[in-house]
Amino acid sequence: MVERPTLEAIAVSHFFDVSRPFLQRVFTGEPRRRLRAVDDVSFVIAPGTTFALVGESGCGKSTIARLAVGLYEPSNGDIVFENQALSSARAQPAMRRRMNMIFQDPYASLNPRWRVSDIVAEPIRAFRLATRPNEVQGRVGSLLASVGLTVRDGIKYPHEFSGGQRQRISIARALASEPDFLVCDEPTSALDVSVQAQILNLMRDLQQRLGLTYLFISHNLAVVRHMADRLGVMYLGRIVEQGPAEAIFRRPRHPYTRLLLDAIPDLEQVGRARTPVGGELPSPIAPPPGCPFHPRCPLANERCRMEKPAHVTADSVQVACHAVEEARDG
Amino acid sequence: MPLLEVRDLTVEFPTRHGVLRALDRISFSIDAGEILGVVGESGAGKSLTGAAIVGLLERPGHIAGGEIRLDGQRIDNLAAEPLRRIRGRRIGMIFQDPLTTLNPLYTIGRQLTETMQTHMRLSDTEARRKAVGWLDRVGIPAAAQRIDAYPHEFSGGQRQRVVIALALCAEPALIVADEPTTALDVSIQAQIITLLKDLTRDHGTAVMLITHDMGVIAETADRVAVMYAGRIAEIGPVAAVIRHPAHPYSDGLMASIPSLEHRVNRLRQIDGAMPRLDAIPSGCRFHPRCPHVFGRCREQQPELLDAGSTRAACWLHADG
Repeated sequence: MVERPTLEAIAVSHFFDVSRPFLQRVFTGEPRRRLRAVDDVSFVIAPGTTFALVGESGCGKSTIARLAVGLYEPSNGDIVFENQALSSARAQPAMRRRMNMIFQDPYASLNPRWRVSDIVAEPIRAFRLATRPNEVQGRVGSLLASVGLTVRDGIKYPHEFSGGQRQRISIARALASEPDFLVCDEPTSALDVSVQAQILNLMRDLQQRLGLTYLFISHNLAVVRHMADRLGVMYLGRIVEQGPAEAIFRRPRHPYTRLLLDAIPDLEQVGRARTPVGGELPSPIAPPPGCPFHPRCPLANERCRMEKPAHVTADSVQVACHAVEEARDG
Repeated sequence: MPLLEVRDLTVEFPTRHGVLRALDRISFSIDAGEILGVVGESGAGKSLTGAAIVGLLERPGHIAGGEIRLDGQRIDNLAAEPLRRIRGRRIGMIFQDPLTTLNPLYTIGRQLTETMQTHMRLSDTEARRKAVGWLDRVGIPAAAQRIDAYPHEFSGGQRQRVVIALALCAEPALIVADEPTTALDVSIQAQIITLLKDLTRDHGTAVMLITHDMGVIAETADRVAVMYAGRIAEIGPVAAVIRHPAHPYSDGLMASIPSLEHRVNRLRQIDGAMPRLDAIPSGCRFHPRCPHVFGRCREQQPELLDAGSTRAACWLHADG
């Protein structure tokens, strides 16, 4: 039996209107301009698993994070949460409490004027998961304990904590509404590596204990490798390769995935010279025709410049690349 | 004689609550043509070390002890004007954020020629010709046309290239690069690192590369200094420090980095956090978090000791 997915994105696109003001357009005759942040993206996240999206800045991964919790409405396509359209799921408090988000910056995402216990108690009160003060405090205490803080930390303010501890507070708050699904947008990229290890371990422990489902967004491939069950590699608003994380790391197929993996400095390769990826990310306002990666791709040919590649599945990995499809990739 | 020699460098910040010692008797040296990586977590004092060397400590921070020598000449006690001549001419700097390094109101050509003409005798045409040459060397396409563009007309990666050209154009003997690739995406990061390595090799420039990214150090540096709470915990050849770290902190640091090669179930973590400057523990600063702690660590602060192919400030190596 196939398990019902926790979250499903079906051909989702999201545009931002970046046109000049109306009057200016009238005078200059300039058309409306749209930025395609997310372009025809589909994926499925099974319950209790981690789906990771990786890519460079501007590839659209944070926009997907926001779409997945309903902070943005998709311009096209559908997002389905537990067999319901996300917008209708968000309209019911009982469903809404089951999804939550952890942000990148633990300094900006906690209210500096609230005590930690109030920050963590807010979702409990908002969703009426407990009403008696004792009960609320009991829940806050056990949430703080589950992320490695103490009850006594509850009376402090966020500024009294280090970055890693603040991220623990964010996680406790995210867990307070007893969610099943967490969207984690670069949860460790503001942290030092030894603290990052603490938070990643904590997130894996919590996932195993509570059966959480994660949409995990990161630019760091090594972190993604540590966390992901399935992986999507994004480039200019498109998922260019997706499949089981192990399969992709063992044998990256898309030229962009390969270049990305090659560009990462790794401890096990001291003194190795990297092969730098040439060029830079093109503007998503005027993406190149054909395959968006063709201007930087070593395998690009005429077809890549003309025709957008479709996703082709091979060995459970989906790749959008003409070169892979035609076996020109060596 | 090493190009740069830092001995017992101490930096202090007087505050209302007493004097905070942010760097405590740091010693290291860099040879010509060598890249020394300085790695550590935020607050370990790595950027402060760089700032002290280039004479850009922010007040009220000041050098409270020790000395810094460039080519044998002391530079830590110079007056503002001779220091300014050395900075730029003998020492170049690259900072994390290229936008704050470049003046948005001047074309990059003007910034390059001005830097060169401040430090070298060059005619305007000569300076401009050299500026185009530098832009070309750091990989700015169509350098001859782009030289009259303003910083905002370049992308992030290109701006960092311009900053590198700016740091190199006076042909300094030492470059202090503080997180030069942190603001950049990995693919651009690889381009910049390759560029930095090639340029230093071609010109015999020494580099002090400050970063929190061990991966960047691994592929760029010859030697590495691992800093912890204002002290050097371990220093040695980069391969030795990464593969056989002798200090428990460097060991924990290396193990906490997720690997691309293989996946582990749990990352090894160092519990706790680095102490704040106003609460430095007695003895070894790492002892409250150290898995190998013993009596002496709590009482006596270790200096750098020989530990195989590296030097580590740890009592485990007291008799070796």
